[in-house]
Amino acid sequence: MLKKLLPLATPLLAVTAALLLSALFIFATGRDPVAIYGKMFAMTLGSDYGAGQIVFRATTLVLTGLAVAIPFKVRLFNIGGEGQALAGLLAAAAAGTALPEGTPPLLAITFCSAAAVFAGGSVGLFAGWLKVRHGVNEVISTIMLNFIVHAFVGYMLTWHMAVPSTVHTTEIIESAKLPMLDGLLGIWKKSPANMSVLFALAGSLLCYIVLFRTRTGYEVRAVGIRPEAARYAGIDARWHVLGAMAAGGALAGLAATNLVLGYKHYYEAGLSGGAGFLGIAVALLANAHPLWITASAFLFGFLEYGGLTVNAYVPKDIFMIVQAITILMILALPKLPLVKRLQGLLSPRSEP
Amino acid sequence: MEAIVLENISKRFGTVRANREISLVIHKGGIHAIVGENGAGKSTLTKIIYGMLSPDSGRMTLMGRPVRLSSPRQAIQAGIGMVHQHFMLIPDLTVAENIMLGDERSRIFAPLGIENTARNIAGVAEEHGMHIDPFARVGDLSVGEEQRVEILKLLYRNAEILILDEPTAVLTPTEVSQLFDALRSLRAAGKTVILITHKLDEVLRVSDTVSVMRRGRMVATRPTPEVTKSDLAQLMVGRNVLLRVRNPPETPGRTVLEVRGLTCRDARGGTRLSNLSFHIRAGEIYGIAGVEGNGQSELLSLLWGMRDEGMICSGSALLDGVSLLGKTPAEIGSLGVSHIPEDRLRHGVVPAYTISENMIFGRHREKMFHRFAGFDTNGVDDYTREMVRRYDIRCDTEADPPLSGLSGGNQQKVVLAREIGRPGLKLLMLAQPTRGVDIGAIETIHRKILETRDRGIAMLLVSAELDEIVALSSRIGCLYKGTIRHEFSTGEIREGRSREQEFQKEIGLHIT
Ligand SMILES: Nc1ncnc2c1ncn2[C@@H]1O[C@H](COP(=O)(O)OP(=O)(O)OP(=O)(O)O)[C@@H](O)[C@H]1O
Ligand SMILES: [Mg+2]
Repeated sequence: MLKKLLPLATPLLAVTAALLLSALFIFATGRDPVAIYGKMFAMTLGSDYGAGQIVFRATTLVLTGLAVAIPFKVRLFNIGGEGQALAGLLAAAAAGTALPEGTPPLLAITFCSAAAVFAGGSVGLFAGWLKVRHGVNEVISTIMLNFIVHAFVGYMLTWHMAVPSTVHTTEIIESAKLPMLDGLLGIWKKSPANMSVLFALAGSLLCYIVLFRTRTGYEVRAVGIRPEAARYAGIDARWHVLGAMAAGGALAGLAATNLVLGYKHYYEAGLSGGAGFLGIAVALLANAHPLWITASAFLFGFLEYGGLTVNAYVPKDIFMIVQAITILMILALPKLPLVKRLQGLLSPRSEP
Repeated sequence: MEAIVLENISKRFGTVRANREISLVIHKGGIHAIVGENGAGKSTLTKIIYGMLSPDSGRMTLMGRPVRLSSPRQAIQAGIGMVHQHFMLIPDLTVAENIMLGDERSRIFAPLGIENTARNIAGVAEEHGMHIDPFARVGDLSVGEEQRVEILKLLYRNAEILILDEPTAVLTPTEVSQLFDALRSLRAAGKTVILITHKLDEVLRVSDTVSVMRRGRMVATRPTPEVTKSDLAQLMVGRNVLLRVRNPPETPGRTVLEVRGLTCRDARGGTRLSNLSFHIRAGEIYGIAGVEGNGQSELLSLLWGMRDEGMICSGSALLDGVSLLGKTPAEIGSLGVSHIPEDRLRHGVVPAYTISENMIFGRHREKMFHRFAGFDTNGVDDYTREMVRRYDIRCDTEADPPLSGLSGGNQQKVVLAREIGRPGLKLLMLAQPTRGVDIGAIETIHRKILETRDRGIAMLLVSAELDEIVALSSRIGCLYKGTIRHEFSTGEIREGRSREQEFQKEIGLHIT
């Protein structure tokens, strides 16, 4: 039992430590941390709307987190979640406006999602191809692709797709819009939480199943843990590199279902809000485990929206610091001698 | 004087009792060998001494003072050093830099004084007969030289007690002699050496005292001159071990593998194989004798479809008429070829995977293990249980722990079981099949090899142990500078077995 919970200890400790440290920061800006935290909890977890906001933000983060985690399993560091997500957002918006009004919802939603998945997946796949074919380091290529996609999307928006004198595209057709959870279930009143949260949860479950229950996953993990041994076992790592990068990109692209189909119903500049980058932190916190990523995404969603709610009292930047401290804590904590000793005590070596 | 005294040391891993109430005295200024079957608990015991593992109970006294070491760092400060089987050196740094790493004896911004240190290192090395160039890049060294660097690293940190866990498994016979000379010289300088090995000849050659472990217990400690090889074998395994298996005459069939005129040049233009030709028939074992580095690894990787980048080859290798060159390992495997690589623990397994996951590693494409898109876990488990039984792998199959929890020798057996068990097997390529396994297991493995041969399978055996080559081979090819320089026929080998020593010398002439 203890053994099962042990992996949880580090992240929990890190989050607690980060919150305490941040309390110091808040104190230093001359405010009462207890009151601020109290307010923050009341306006997020304590309120219907706030909870919905967290769900909404977490949905995107689950997907961008998976976009980092899956390539991580074959030892690739995908920094390109942002670009892949952007490509997906634009593609979904374009697909949603191109469809004739009156397309059946199932068809329209599938088509738009497929466009987003395809666009994000292609960007990821391209980085994978550069790696396999030309040995280009994926960190560099995905960063560069972020710039390229960003510029391309900006160009398309300003010159071809924007509604005149605005920075957004025309609205997608009615039937391509995903139902709000408010309208569907009557929960999380008026919040932007929508049905795409199911896509995100399904995505995380699917990744888990593929990785840990299928033959493909068996090969993928072997490539990540022992590349040389995998080669001897006749596993061609190149296909897995391509597959993992394409899957990562596709998952990032799928974030469009939340942001475009579920929330804004058009693409506008800055819609992604850096969620692609935050996905790196989400994946790190979860140690790239597809199921834990859900928990991690909700935590980051909470911190993000929580920061906004107390914006009037504490600068939002403080909460960006909290997020950063949390990540640093997670990386640093297991290395501290005290924690090592604790883990040693807890580890199940002397069961009777 | 006693260097180390252990009292009632016990250590458990889950349900496995790796060390059970072990009491042992190790005298200062001696070479103390520890032998025992795979999984007997030797590595565990030395890791406890070295502070890598902490015992569940028991006491340790070091040079007369009770100690509790909880990390290798503390052990090093207390004067205990250990050389692991896999070296932990940085290939891009020089010998001297590697030795100094983590122990620069000066303040951070002071000049490193590497010249001085290098001279010291070279001095210490010479003193103990270990030749090494302190300015050589570690990446360019041979395995034996790397090991010397590891030993020097310990001496540089003033280790008084040196622990070596299976140091000879990776060495050539000459390197083994050099290592032993160095150990004797260290003993003369008053150092204490603890040596783990599976080769009983080595125990008799170099140690002063020998301890035998069996299933976690210390069963005997004797002065080496008072024991014989078969005493030790008997103590280790608890029964009489055949030190040499009976090799009944073979009945070779059709030609399975035909290698003709194989020539390979590496990226730098150096010749690695030159006009290499031989053939193997069904039901015979073709032994390749040779000093490491004469083309063995190139030949094996080529036949397994893993040609190095930039290698240019000509010639042919046909398996039942189908060319192996240019195929991938997966394709070659599906033709009925198995390959047991030399460095199995690195290339043959995924340590983080469970025993059963490793039991199908590389064979996971076979239909018999499949169910829908995943694996037939029950089927795989049954298969694993069967193999564990047949190959006497010491582990807990019910819990199916990660492979890394198995002792080194038992990990090897997993690979062996898996590769010999490949269905439709026609050709088995074995490199160093008994490296790192105990004598009882050598007997089992040699039996399995002969059994497999008699099932009509062609075998390519590459081994650094001439005994093994002579004992098992139907024909022996002497590999020298990338070509078969001489071949011994079945008749010659049968006759040679009756005058083993001379025959090995004869083979030696053809490979140097
Ligand atoms: N980290 C571990 N987790 C679980 N079990 C372990 C672990 N390390 C060792 N064991 C178990 O403890 C027993 C003793 O292992 P140990 O490595 O000490 O054997 P050994 O005598 O060194 O064998 P070999 O000659 O094969 O190297 C084995 O049964 C092994 O499976
Ligand atoms: Mg061992």
